[in-house]
Amino acid sequence: MITKPIHTKLLYGFILLAALLLPLYAPDPYMFQVIIMSLIFAIAVLAMNLIIGFTGQASLAHAAFFGFGAYGVAIMTKAGISFWLALPAAASISALLGLVIGPPALRTRGSYFAIVTLAFGVIVWIVAGNWVQVTGGHNGIFGIPRPTPIPIPFLGEIEFFEQTAQYYLVLAFLLLTLFIMHRLVYSVFGLTFMAIRNNEPLADAVGINTFTTKLIAFVTANFFAGLAGGLYVAIIGAVSPSVASHMLTFNFLIFLILGGMATLTGPVVGAFAIPILMEWLQELGHFRMLFFGVLLIVTIIYFPRGLVGGIRQLNQKIADWRQTKS
Amino acid sequence: MLAVKYLSKQFEGLVAVKELNFDIQEGEILAIIGPNGAGKSTVFNLLTGTLKPTAGKVFIHDEDITGLKPYQIVKKGVARTFQTTSLFDQLRVIDNMLIGCKWRTRLGFWNTLFHTPGWKSQHDQAVQSALETLDFLGLADKALAFIPTLSQEEQKRLAIGVALVSKPKLLLLDEPTGGLIREETERIAQFIKSVREQGTTVCIIEHKMQMIMGMADRILVLNYGQKIAEGSPDDIKSNQAVIEAYLGGEAHA
Ligand SMILES: Nc1ncnc2c1ncn2[C@@H]1O[C@H](COP(=O)(O)OP(=O)(O)OP(=O)(O)O)[C@@H](O)[C@H]1O
Ligand SMILES: [Mg+2]
Repeated sequence: MITKPIHTKLLYGFILLAALLLPLYAPDPYMFQVIIMSLIFAIAVLAMNLIIGFTGQASLAHAAFFGFGAYGVAIMTKAGISFWLALPAAASISALLGLVIGPPALRTRGSYFAIVTLAFGVIVWIVAGNWVQVTGGHNGIFGIPRPTPIPIPFLGEIEFFEQTAQYYLVLAFLLLTLFIMHRLVYSVFGLTFMAIRNNEPLADAVGINTFTTKLIAFVTANFFAGLAGGLYVAIIGAVSPSVASHMLTFNFLIFLILGGMATLTGPVVGAFAIPILMEWLQELGHFRMLFFGVLLIVTIIYFPRGLVGGIRQLNQKIADWRQTKS
Repeated sequence: MLAVKYLSKQFEGLVAVKELNFDIQEGEILAIIGPNGAGKSTVFNLLTGTLKPTAGKVFIHDEDITGLKPYQIVKKGVARTFQTTSLFDQLRVIDNMLIGCKWRTRLGFWNTLFHTPGWKSQHDQAVQSALETLDFLGLADKALAFIPTLSQEEQKRLAIGVALVSKPKLLLLDEPTGGLIREETERIAQFIKSVREQGTTVCIIEHKMQMIMGMADRILVLNYGQKIAEGSPDDIKSNQAVIEAYLGGEAHA
């Protein structure tokens, strides 16, 4: 429905090419690891964007669902289940739990919904830290096997001990997530999400079951949050309650706001750029938080659609300016 | 086609609608008039499920729809507009229309996710009917415009269009010309007549007497939440209770 201009397509093509060739020019293993994590976070932030950015429901339980996916994969693969089965299973469990807590939580609106989901997130985090038999308590679970190798006829198999293979694994899931989000969001169905965000009483009055639509957005978001969590533990090889903590939710939220809500590029840009920026600002120590605080406030006030929205505004201004000149 | 029986609505102490009975006949334009605060908008909110009545019932073609949710009542063929122009103002004109016809399609989650065989034709059909309705509204060239760039009148038109695009049997319009100047009002009035000519029954709330008298088949007058008169425009013009209510006299019929 929204056809992008040719130069935008070229830009996306270039970024995709740069991403595909990244292992060739990744600076060092540490930075490479940061980038791999960024891609996983991008999946989680894209999911968060669906419920917060597009549907306008501030779910602050996002890390809890990331945690369900993470613990799910950890527990299942430790029990000998193949990663390729455990990952979709864990993501589905995360979605299913979303389906359970969604209905009561979605009875509330606006900031109440934010508070309810935040409370749920905190409960999950506390349970993760204390249910020792299942989650390993505060120490978490170690020695989680890497993704099961994929056999390739005649050529051997793809193993996931190397960063390069891990990178492509994560990139493939990120592209899949982007593909699905693009389908859902830029469609008549996707418009109903934005309709609810924009004017819920009108959406209701024109025949949209707002409750079910919100629930679908919530459950889908939780599926992809779980998927991201599952990938995370398989790459890191360990899990602790911090993956389900509200601090992580707020990190995702910062990536989302700075990158740009309600766009598909925003979450990827945010999840990718902010952690790298954090690394660069390492020397500032705790002062970098001050820097991010200011950045966040400036963004919220002047660029409500984040970095990507800001660039689009600028683009539009330039286009207008050129039009008035000619 | 629509019947209202002993409908009442009470807000805490205030009785906004009291034991109201009326019918809407297929194919007519019924106007609801009355002084400010008479309870007109509240009646619409009760008919469309936005508010739950304290007592009484609403029937469509003899089917009891009292207590259904707004999105369910739309599916019975009753669409509405709001008194203050209500649009999806972060989206484009065409998007507003597509949202309006979504419920008639099967463009749900799974069909959209997998682009199932029926998806494409359903999608094209939705776009088609959105564009057709825009054409009917005289907004065809604004399809890709964003809402804030439209004039007041265009916004009012579009709001009617969003309700109309799903082809309702009954269209409820709450002051569709509120705040518009005379020429604009006349254009909208003309437009509403053409809506009725297309076979849609219309129930309209209005303050502009001249417009109503020239347009309505029947008029229902509310005051303090009660029906004080009902009849043809000529009956209403000469009705004593209506004159008193409008002249601000303490009306006691
Ligand atoms: N949600 C509500 N809660 C409490 N009181 C309400 C509510 N909605 C309407 N009222 C009251 O009910 C009465 C009728 O209001 P309503 O909006 O139906 O009047 P109206 O006939 O549409 O008036 P107007 O011509 O000004 O639009 C008013 O006194 C109003 O203050
Ligand atoms: Mg009113």
